[in-house]
Amino acid sequence: MLPELSREEILRYSRHLLVPEVGLNGQRKLKGSSALIIGSGGLGSPVALYLAAAGVGHIGLVDYDVVEESNLQRQIVHGTGMVGRLKVDSARTRLLDLNPAIQVDAFNESFTSANAMRIAEPFDIIIDGTDNFPTRYLTNDLCVLTDKPNVYGAIHRFEGQASVFYAREGPCYRCLFPEPPPPGLVPSCAEAGVLGILPGTIGTIQATEAIKFLLGIGSSLSGRLLLYDALDMSFEYVKLKKNPECKVCGAHPEVTALIDYNEFCGVPGLEHEEGPEGREWDITARELSAQLKRGKPLRLIDVREPHELAISHIKGAENIPLGELAGALSKLDPSQEIVLFCKKGSRSRRGLELLASAGFKNVKNLRGGINAWAMEVDRSLPIY
Amino acid sequence: MPSLKIPTPLRSYVNGQAEVLVRGATAGAALEDMLAQYPAFRPHLCKEDGSPRAFVNLFRNGINIRDLQGLDTPLGPEDILNLIPAIAGG
Repeated sequence: MLPELSREEILRYSRHLLVPEVGLNGQRKLKGSSALIIGSGGLGSPVALYLAAAGVGHIGLVDYDVVEESNLQRQIVHGTGMVGRLKVDSARTRLLDLNPAIQVDAFNESFTSANAMRIAEPFDIIIDGTDNFPTRYLTNDLCVLTDKPNVYGAIHRFEGQASVFYAREGPCYRCLFPEPPPPGLVPSCAEAGVLGILPGTIGTIQATEAIKFLLGIGSSLSGRLLLYDALDMSFEYVKLKKNPECKVCGAHPEVTALIDYNEFCGVPGLEHEEGPEGREWDITARELSAQLKRGKPLRLIDVREPHELAISHIKGAENIPLGELAGALSKLDPSQEIVLFCKKGSRSRRGLELLASAGFKNVKNLRGGINAWAMEVDRSLPIY
Repeated sequence: MPSLKIPTPLRSYVNGQAEVLVRGATAGAALEDMLAQYPAFRPHLCKEDGSPRAFVNLFRNGINIRDLQGLDTPLGPEDILNLIPAIAGG
């Protein structure tokens, strides 16, 4: 039995009720439906706002993070007054202000193999708005194993991808990408930056696909991958087919239960930017400052991209972008102490691994990058 | 000459270009030609046996070469190849 609409709801959704493909019954379907949104960030923001506005009766939000200033350029469900608050609480407050008649469940936790089944169980559809590969594979496998549609979206700088992965009728994410890229090869938004509007475009497409699925109208992106390029303002589609040898949805699946996705993706944990703490090759900003003041001879190498130097730089540092480091090894003296840094320590950690594998033994990584330097040593520098 | 479209996450390996013109009668030959032009890209894109890594897909005119003849998929002068990697940003 579909739930009835109240007088207030009939007025609120009148523009939907006028569309024959939605109509009164369609709106009642939306009221009786549920959607779980993984991630309350760039993609999750527009998805959550539009699903709430559209009257999806039960929305779940999963995110472990808190709202930061640097989120607000694109994560439009959050406001300045919510900086420091849990993202799921901030988003829930905004959604209930937008539509008090819906139920919003906030899950302030990492989405993991241990809790994914429990969290996802009551929901009709899952929307992948995460920012890292382990959670994307987890979301995919969960959807295949529980026969739920996975509305996929992913972004990078000016480009986005969207699809619907529903193994019952078409390919899954693993059919397209059987394995993740090697860690570090595809930079995250925090490293590479992203056009703030981009997740709005892709997230809105995800919301559209979710609403269409819940209403049972139109033709979905299942079996097609949408490729959007904001710089060219181009939308292209490529065809996707089910991979008969897919390890999770193929004829002879190897993955029959959720696995350890961090291990599968070769990452130590969720994609945090900070370098690993306590490693012997780490140096703190204060230690580095003290060494420089003592006149210790060391070579300070900034592995960020050249355009980032306009935001902040450390005096005396030379710029060798990470992508050019391998080609610059012959210019470095293995006997000299080298300190690498980037924005927050992630790229320089990869630079350090590259130097270490080339036989350099006297290399350090500035823990927390130039942002830590800006917090602990030179407060005149901005943090970004 | 067929063209190979390169998405932004991988452009740093091809001097920032969005498109590379490639020679070759098959998808595999075209890929080899591109890698000969940009050898530093090879270890990131290919496994030791020369085949593309599983996080990258190569499409000819919108169809995955896995669903055609793989690296032996024939290529005409007007064909467009798309290199599509997994991206994770959200």
